[in-house]
Amino acid sequence: MSSDKITVVVSAIEQVAPTIREFTLTSKDTTLYPFSPGSHVVVEMKGESKTYKNAYSLMSDPWDTDAYKIAVRLQDSSRGGSVYMHAQVEVGDELKITPPANMFAPEWGAKKHVLIAGGVGITPFMSYLPELMRRDADFELHYLYRGNNTGAYKDELSQELGARYFGYDSVQGEKCDIATLFAERLLGTHFYICGPESLIEGVKTLADECGVPASAVHYEEFAAPQPGMPFEVEIKSTGAVVSVGAEESMLEALEAAEIEVPNLCRGGVCGQCVCQVEEGEIEHRDHFLSGAEKAAGTAVMPCVSRAKSKRLVIEI
Amino acid sequence: MRVAPKEIQTFRDDFTYTNSPEAIQRFPFPFPEDDYRYSVNMEPHTPKGGEGSAYEKFLDIDEHYLSEMKERSLVLQDMPHRCLAMEHMDLACWDMIERCMVSLAEDYPEHFVLECDGDNWIWENKLLNQKDEFVFGDSSTLPVPPMEYIGRQVQGDFALLDQREGDLFLDAGIITCPADWSLAFDAGMNFTEWHGPVPMAHSEGIFERALKYLTAIQVGNPVRRMNWTMTVNARMDTSPETYHEWGHERTSVTPENVAEKVFLRVELQVLDRMPRSNALMFSIRTYLMSLEDIVSNPEWAKRMHRVMKTLPEPLIDYKGLSRYHGMVVDYLSQFDKAN
Repeated sequence: MSSDKITVVVSAIEQVAPTIREFTLTSKDTTLYPFSPGSHVVVEMKGESKTYKNAYSLMSDPWDTDAYKIAVRLQDSSRGGSVYMHAQVEVGDELKITPPANMFAPEWGAKKHVLIAGGVGITPFMSYLPELMRRDADFELHYLYRGNNTGAYKDELSQELGARYFGYDSVQGEKCDIATLFAERLLGTHFYICGPESLIEGVKTLADECGVPASAVHYEEFAAPQPGMPFEVEIKSTGAVVSVGAEESMLEALEAAEIEVPNLCRGGVCGQCVCQVEEGEIEHRDHFLSGAEKAAGTAVMPCVSRAKSKRLVIEI
Repeated sequence: MRVAPKEIQTFRDDFTYTNSPEAIQRFPFPFPEDDYRYSVNMEPHTPKGGEGSAYEKFLDIDEHYLSEMKERSLVLQDMPHRCLAMEHMDLACWDMIERCMVSLAEDYPEHFVLECDGDNWIWENKLLNQKDEFVFGDSSTLPVPPMEYIGRQVQGDFALLDQREGDLFLDAGIITCPADWSLAFDAGMNFTEWHGPVPMAHSEGIFERALKYLTAIQVGNPVRRMNWTMTVNARMDTSPETYHEWGHERTSVTPENVAEKVFLRVELQVLDRMPRSNALMFSIRTYLMSLEDIVSNPEWAKRMHRVMKTLPEPLIDYKGLSRYHGMVVDYLSQFDKAN
């Protein structure tokens, strides 16, 4: 689903950790929408050779309509988006963003909210906290980080949340005993995890072992589409053939060829960009299709998934 | 020209409800084709049809405003449970208050005035002679709960759908003019559950596609669709709760009175993402028009005859038309001689 882009001005940039920069975005012409905790925006960055589109969680107070804040971690294997944000963007620059959308909203029926953040995965929870406190909700935050490298907000969070804050610095050898969190949970507790895939997969496996219902475990992965082998994708109805490079996603390649595919999260979660597959073998990397759907091999999420074969024939 | 609200008419007992020539002219006639079929017929809710059209503004206020607000208060007086909001929907109700008040004040400045000083709001509804001060987001500063407060000032039914687990849940609403469905019965149900009774569409995969579309609706991009049925007499409240009062009226239709007794009931449904709560606001604005008034437009008369003639049996049944559908077709046939 396409939507009207909002033009924002970068009004402040702060280096909050060696690899993390925080950007304050102020609206250019209209006031910004309030948003719901856990929302993200897709930031459009016009690079020299291509336009990058990356989704970032909003980390400001959802009721603040004067400015949005996002934090961008310089990725090791960056395909350009985070490098662009770190190296190119300066105070006063204009960026285009989508209106906020939410794939990671708090479950307000929960009796208690347990937030588990890994590194820059803290960002969506920064917008949870003001609303949890406004509602006087029962919650705790578990923040897993690597020293000053990724623990950008540990001091202010510790101060603000007091006894509801639990920090774990892996540099100091501190570990979060998630199994105990699960074992000692109160009935009606919901768990929210945001961080690298390894953390999410670990927590999901543990939740399963501990008998926590899947409906009480929510996660948002902060993964840019990973690179892979180059391949070709053919649109069956038009016969158009698009080459997908090793460093770009199928969605990005299609967009570059001016083939419109509806999309929202660009991270394999929302399901908007699903395409039918007529021919070819798929390497599924999304969290949207069910196991059975993946096995059937007739649908693909071009935002993150790729081809195992040299060629994929799809229908949009 | 936009229709100014007129004096109070009734949707019950003596049924004094009428449509002025202007109201007939702007009636949102729902049939774009000669035969009726199911579709996910959604389009962006952007202005259409020019000045005075039912699609001109986000919320349509027309000549029946006072009558519908009076009818709503009569329903709520008898059955307070026709309005409900689960505890977790409080913020969504405030989203709705903001959306409605801001758009009403912008679109109808002669009737509605909103002054905001931070969270201190002053709202004036000149049509209802009402002026209130409250703190935005603080339900204790309103005279009645937020859903009821705003619901008593807008035409049409409203529901707020909570979005979670990739699904939508009917967790709040003010439903006093439904086409035979009950808020109390559907409360808490998910999208598939509350559409359970709809025939044919389940096997066609329509609900899966619709749900995927609805959960992706973004802030600032409302969509609309039309729905329709028929009602005997100009009765707004055709709810299961009051079935004993209106169900038997279907037997009162005769070939002699069908034109004045049977009303085409059109719902202009709008879905809009609420920013703070991520809920979807679902508004169902109902328009009633007698066959007699419909046929004053020859194109509508012809079109409606063809739609009625080709309506599949399961839909005739589901919409509750079985007892008088034949009489409607017979009556309309005189305006469509070729068919």
